[in-house]
Amino acid sequence: MSRRVSKIVENLRPSGIRKFFDLIIGREDIISLGVGEPDFQVPWRIREEMIYSLEKGYTSYTSNYGLPELREEIAKYYKRFGLEASSEQVLITSGVSEAIDLALRTIVEPGDGVLIPEPCYVSYKPLSLLCGAEVITIPTNPDFKLNYERIKNYVNERSKVLIINYPANPTGVSYSKKELEEIADAVIEFDLLVISDEIYAEFTYRGKHVSIASLNGMEDRVVVLNGFSKAFAMTGFRVGYAIAPLDILSGMLKIHQYCMLCAPITGQIGALEALKSLDEVEKVKAEYMRRRNYIVKKLRDVFDVRMPDGAFYIFPDISSTGLSSEEFAERLLIERGVAVIPGNAFGECGEGYIRAAYAVKFEKLKEAVERIIDFAKKYGKG
Amino acid sequence: MKDVLKLLEENARMSNSEIADVLGLSEEEVAEIIKKYEEEGVILKYKTIIDWEKLGEESVFAIIDVKVSLSREKGYDDIAKRIAKFPEVHALRLVSGEYDFQVVIKGKSLKDVASFIAEKISTIPEVRDTVTHFVLRTYKEEGVTLFTDEEDRRLAFVP
Repeated sequence: MSRRVSKIVENLRPSGIRKFFDLIIGREDIISLGVGEPDFQVPWRIREEMIYSLEKGYTSYTSNYGLPELREEIAKYYKRFGLEASSEQVLITSGVSEAIDLALRTIVEPGDGVLIPEPCYVSYKPLSLLCGAEVITIPTNPDFKLNYERIKNYVNERSKVLIINYPANPTGVSYSKKELEEIADAVIEFDLLVISDEIYAEFTYRGKHVSIASLNGMEDRVVVLNGFSKAFAMTGFRVGYAIAPLDILSGMLKIHQYCMLCAPITGQIGALEALKSLDEVEKVKAEYMRRRNYIVKKLRDVFDVRMPDGAFYIFPDISSTGLSSEEFAERLLIERGVAVIPGNAFGECGEGYIRAAYAVKFEKLKEAVERIIDFAKKYGKG
Repeated sequence: MKDVLKLLEENARMSNSEIADVLGLSEEEVAEIIKKYEEEGVILKYKTIIDWEKLGEESVFAIIDVKVSLSREKGYDDIAKRIAKFPEVHALRLVSGEYDFQVVIKGKSLKDVASFIAEKISTIPEVRDTVTHFVLRTYKEEGVTLFTDEEDRRLAFVP
């Protein structure tokens, strides 16, 4: 056997973050702004409900689709983002991560084009490549916004699907309804499908989150993805969902039933309870918004920082330090004990930027900000 | 501008400049808002929640259910004022149910608290009945749990 690992897997770029883990071993002084998950705990009423379900013996598989009550509640819940969907259109998955994979595998045939605006979350490109897709990345700097023009410039006759994510990881960029309508125009004109990753929808600070699936002409073109990891901090429970046109959804279900069978039942029960505790989300959102204001205000003294519309990340331009993204992240970590993620981990056009998550307690955030400012001044600016 | 109050309620030591940065206001605006609330008596006092038990300092708390009889001359408010003015009374609430008032007493020792109740509360003419519950342990105070069993277990890097 000459090749044990497939060529396609061998060619996937390994995560650029790995090496940073080695740099923090044995250090007690690290403040991490490198974490893409909330710092607050899963609200107790959700945890308590899951504990109770275990006591009662809820430990089995669920329907491949997920718990019927949960599908029902999700369909209702999504009305807050403007989308009228039926519970038949909802599939519960093991996090949005699985749902992205399912959507791509359902839609993409080898050679089909997948349009991915960058910088973006790290999994879109590799998962597309695993389907044999032709990946076309759309650089969106310096404003990090997708628009009609940018789609038009990159689309070709093989393009089949566009992946969007808003509020976005890593930039925090989101879109108004008007901006989304412009994107929708391009989607219709170039006859595309859309995979819309809306995992940060609850953390929208400017205006209201609108699902692109709710726009005119989009009903049949959009696979909406969302989950419970960010808004309810349920990262470890792996519960996400897709809301999709029925033909695509039944395709996704086929793959899901063979590769995952169902999302973990305990997490699904927690998710059902989560949809009853939306007040807690409001509190967390208010807290994140305050931290966002603080970190942007402070870091603007040394960097060019765009005010994010949502999520819990800032994506400052650090090129004034004369360091590359990776050098910056590495030196900041070694010299000042603050962990951030180099911007190029999210695509080539993220070079010159870093991603800092403000998902840490305010006291720690203050300390981290001081250290970063101090570090930036040493490297020239400020 | 209630946001300022929410922040101070959570952390009374947050500086005006931090509040300003967090809410997108100027420091002067924040100072003015706080001054106004102080003058209006909306902000009553700045206090600190302390776990005295950790220092081995013994304070005794008791919760007393008090039943009173009302008359034309003396209503709940009159009786409450009389009870509330004792510095030993930590908190006082009119409550629904079998009893009328819930009185929280703070004292140095069990004896101290017991004699205060006997001498000062039970002897009020309108007080008909009292039931005293001594606090054995406090687990949560003012929304703050006095135990920690959860820590940040997240990985340092998550894309």
